[in-house]
Amino acid sequence: MSLLECRALTKCFGPVPALNGINLTIEPGHIVGLLGPNGSGKTTLIKLANGLLTPTYGEILICGMHPGVQTKALVSYLPERIALPERMTTGQAVNYYADFFPDFRRDRAIEMICNLGIEEKQRIKAMSKGTKEKLQLILTMSREAKLYLLDEPIGGVDPATRDYILRTIINNYNPDASVIISTHLISDVEQVLDEVLFLRYGNIMLHDSVDNIRNEKGMSIDALFREVFRC
Amino acid sequence: MSWIFHADQPIYLQLRRYLTEAIVTGVYAPGQRLPSVRELAMEAGVNPNTMQRALTELEQDGLISAQATVGHFVTSEEGQIRMVHRAMAVEKAKEFLRAMQSIGCSPREAIALLEKIKEEHHEPIGMQGTD
Repeated sequence: MSLLECRALTKCFGPVPALNGINLTIEPGHIVGLLGPNGSGKTTLIKLANGLLTPTYGEILICGMHPGVQTKALVSYLPERIALPERMTTGQAVNYYADFFPDFRRDRAIEMICNLGIEEKQRIKAMSKGTKEKLQLILTMSREAKLYLLDEPIGGVDPATRDYILRTIINNYNPDASVIISTHLISDVEQVLDEVLFLRYGNIMLHDSVDNIRNEKGMSIDALFREVFRC
Repeated sequence: MSWIFHADQPIYLQLRRYLTEAIVTGVYAPGQRLPSVRELAMEAGVNPNTMQRALTELEQDGLISAQATVGHFVTSEEGQIRMVHRAMAVEKAKEFLRAMQSIGCSPREAIALLEKIKEEHHEPIGMQGTD
C-alpha cells in the first residue's frame, strides 16, 4: 500500500489555491525531496498530511487512512518552527516523546544527543536556535515511523551538523518507510534523495528519480531548479 | 576514499566508477566481502537505493557477486579485475591524449613530454593504489 496518496488535493486560503488539485503517490523505501520556491505549497502539503489543515477539495491518505489519531502514530513530523515546550530540558523532552510515541527509540535519541554535544539538563529556552533545531530533529528521527515529514530540517544548522543529520537519515533508512524532506538547500541534500518533487503555484511540475533527471537533463537537481525557477 | 560527485552525471554511475577503482586498486581485495549497502551509502553520503543500483551495475560488470542475505563479494577471478583495470587505464590514457590535443599537442609530443617529466623526477610512474 502507498504510504501517502493525494487525490485531486486542493487547499485554498481565501480565493488563492495553495495546492491546486494535486495527484501524488509516495511508495515505501524512498527519500523524497519536496522542492519549490517560497509559497509553492510545500508546507501546506506537509500540514495536510499531518491533519493540521483539512483539504478544501480532494483527499489525502496516509497508509490508506485519512489523517487522524491512527496516522499520527505512523507519521513523524518535524515542523518548520520549534514546537517543543521551551521550559523543558533536553531530558524532559526525550521523556515527553517516549510517553507520546510507542515507536520512540530512547537509545537512539540519547546517542545522537551525545554525538551532537547537547546538554541533557539544559532548558530548551536557553538553547541557541541551531541547538533547538538539532534537538527537535533528533526526536523526530528517533521514532520508527512509516513516514517522516521534515519541513526545512537543515536550514538553521552548521554544515558539519548538516552532514551528521543527512548521514543519520541514511542510516535510518528502512525499505518499509519513506522520508519527505522539504528544503531550499538542494545541493546539500541532493545526493541523499532518490526522488524529487517540484512544486510551483500549488501544482506538481515534476516528480521523477534523481538519477533519471541527471541522465536526461545532464545537470544536477540544484542546477535544474535554478533554471526552472529563474526569477 | 573521498566521495565527490559531479553535477552532470547520474550519481549511481559515479559510485560505480569509485567502487570499480577501489576494486582494481585492491582497496577491496579479490574475494573480499564489501561493506553492507547501508554502510557504503553512509560512507558516501548517498541514498541507499542509489548505492544499490551502483552495486547492481558492478554485478553486471562481473566485478562483484551478490549472495542472498550475506552481502556482496568482490569476484575472485583476478583475470576479470585485471581486464577492467586495463580498460580503465586505456580510457584514462585516451583522456590524457585528448586533453593534450585540445591544447595543440600531438600524441607524439605528449609522450615525449611524459618521458621528460619521468626522467626529471626520477620517479617510477607505476600503478599505485588510491588512499
